[in-house]
Amino acid sequence: MKAIVVGCGRVGSAVAKKLTKAGWDVTAIDENEEALARLGENWSGGFVVGHGMDVDVLREAGIEEADAVVVATNGDNTNIVVGQVAQKRFGIECTVVRILDPARAELYATLGLRTVSPTSTAIEVLSEAVKSCVVKPARVAAS
Amino acid sequence: MFILIAGGGKVGSNLARTLRRMNHEVTIIEQRGVRVTQLEEEFEHAAIVGDATEIFVLERAGVARPPDLVVAVTGDDEDNMVICQMARERFGVEKVIARVNDPRNQPHFDLLGVSPTVSATQTIMALIEHEVPEHELIHLLELRKENLEIVEVQIDKDSPSAGKRVSGLKLPVGSRLISVMRGGHAEIPDAETQLEVGDQVLAILEPGKEDELRRVLLKK
Repeated sequence: MKAIVVGCGRVGSAVAKKLTKAGWDVTAIDENEEALARLGENWSGGFVVGHGMDVDVLREAGIEEADAVVVATNGDNTNIVVGQVAQKRFGIECTVVRILDPARAELYATLGLRTVSPTSTAIEVLSEAVKSCVVKPARVAAS
Repeated sequence: MFILIAGGGKVGSNLARTLRRMNHEVTIIEQRGVRVTQLEEEFEHAAIVGDATEIFVLERAGVARPPDLVVAVTGDDEDNMVICQMARERFGVEKVIARVNDPRNQPHFDLLGVSPTVSATQTIMALIEHEVPEHELIHLLELRKENLEIVEVQIDKDSPSAGKRVSGLKLPVGSRLISVMRGGHAEIPDAETQLEVGDQVLAILEPGKEDELRRVLLKK
């Protein structure tokens, strides 16, 4: 099983390592050569320096044989476009796209893109965490 | 018309000014602070501050009315694609025009159905190709929606097609000769038309068939 991770920052590199551990053959793509360091010294997967918008870079990373693509660069709109290129041009059904903006994440989900919004998750988790706090009744009354 | 312009750089602000002079209603969105101050001076409330790829910014600019036309002319291709896609898919805007900054991104615009597009580089290249005779296959017109283009070639003495009838040419599937200009007269060729040295031939074809067509008509 081959996966491509576009954007090898904090999130992308961690996903790449996690998938490798789970038995995937992973190639990461990042504009910045130094991002390779995030994958650790023992990185056995592939790494391509380049921009995810560049189809030649995607091909070099092996997108034509890929079973899954994770798009997690630091630009929401770049992710939206690269995700659609992977899905529509290269026909990769399992394309997962990180979109920080919850509104765009929701909209593109309705357009058929598998989107993940860490911001929505944070909002959910933070509100739940507060709701689960035990607040003394006196303080509630005082405020 | 109500026209929404995303991107208040040179292109966006000049468009806004021109359209206002033609009495169109224009709203222009710009993100960069310095630029916004200038735009506000000129366009007042019609200048909106913010990231035009944020849905609430688009809404503040009136995208939900919806505009008759959305023009995305920021310096970022991904932004232009997303703005047009959202305007169409989410807000039912019928007409969009997008600027292509890097011509290598053109296929992405096409893939996402963002059309028509305008690329300064592409336009200038087409003019150069028209001027420079070395480029033996001249692009005259691109019908992007129809996925067709019209090109012009000149038959010279080394061309394998010189002296042949159209019916004897192995023209690529998805291409057709539409006119032959000889001695100042254009004629619509049929199967019996014989090509001669010096003929200027117009052909219509699907993009990507240029090389095949070049081989049949010109070789080299």
